[in-house]
Amino acid sequence: MLSVLAQAAESTPDITPGLTAIGRGIVYGGAAIGPGIGIGLVVGNAITAMSRQPESAGMVRTTMFLGIAFTEALALFGFVLAFIISG
Amino acid sequence: MLPTLALEFPPISHAVEWPIIFGGEWLGVNKVVLLMWLSVIVVFTFFFIASRRQQLVPAGVQNVAESTVDFIRNGIILQTMGEEGLFYTPFLLMLFSFIFVCNIWEVIPIAQMPVNARIALPMFMALLVYVMYHVVGIRGQGLGGYLKSSLIPPGVPKAILPLLMFIELITLLITRPLSLCVRLFANMFAGHLLLITFAIISSTLFAVQWQIVILPFSGFLLIALTGFEVLVAFLQAFIFTILAAVYIGSSMHPEH
Repeated sequence: MLSVLAQAAESTPDITPGLTAIGRGIVYGGAAIGPGIGIGLVVGNAITAMSRQPESAGMVRTTMFLGIAFTEALALFGFVLAFIISG
Repeated sequence: MLPTLALEFPPISHAVEWPIIFGGEWLGVNKVVLLMWLSVIVVFTFFFIASRRQQLVPAGVQNVAESTVDFIRNGIILQTMGEEGLFYTPFLLMLFSFIFVCNIWEVIPIAQMPVNARIALPMFMALLVYVMYHVVGIRGQGLGGYLKSSLIPPGVPKAILPLLMFIELITLLITRPLSLCVRLFANMFAGHLLLITFAIISSTLFAVQWQIVILPFSGFLLIALTGFEVLVAFLQAFIFTILAAVYIGSSMHPEH
């Protein structure tokens, strides 16, 4: 009985690459949640502002891109981190 | 069952690392460096030709160059820095054109490699902007004034001031250059990987049975994503330039 268990333990395949892949998925998936909501808020409010005051659309658009850029940076940190993780 | 389900994706390092063409190990020149040099030549030649024979009513190359300058001047500088920022027009114009030309190699056949998908160039440009806004701030307001105006937000209760000063210091010294660099790099890298993935899928399907390539999730998506990447290349150049303008502008005059 014990010898069978020991044999099974010896022949266990290396699961590190699989765990690394799962870790990468979790890191990027987790990092994308917040910025996803954030960018939605930014763009949604920018569209509301533009449709209420079409004459200020140019200014709103510039500010919207700034807001998107700041929010998106967090997701991109997660993206880069997912590639830095190595098994 | 199609044999394409056993599709092999190359390791990430194969997608962005190129063999050295000439030069040693430290100063080796590979495809990315050659494309960077080519972008310098393209930008220089473009503005040189545009400004060589100036006409009152612009036509051809001069027209394109003038609308680029107009875009930088009215779309970026006057919106974020005001009249005083017009001094920085040449710097921001070069930054924008150079980043855009470096990015657009992503979708040009044969080249197919955005220079900014290697972190060296974004890092260098982020460092340039980093040094620049500190120098502008210290020269314009003095060291004490610069630190005071950038670390102490106006109208904040005394109790949470130390915490806010700490956060602002981290923002000023670490987060700004890091995010400026990583944003450009990660966007171009992600776009490059996206195009590679769909190109591999399309070519494998084409090899199996050529009619399959017109299925919506291989060939058409590849074409659509190529168009999308042109937009991303422009948008990232625009965002890098506008953030550089905002950072330099915010250290030029203290916040009210």
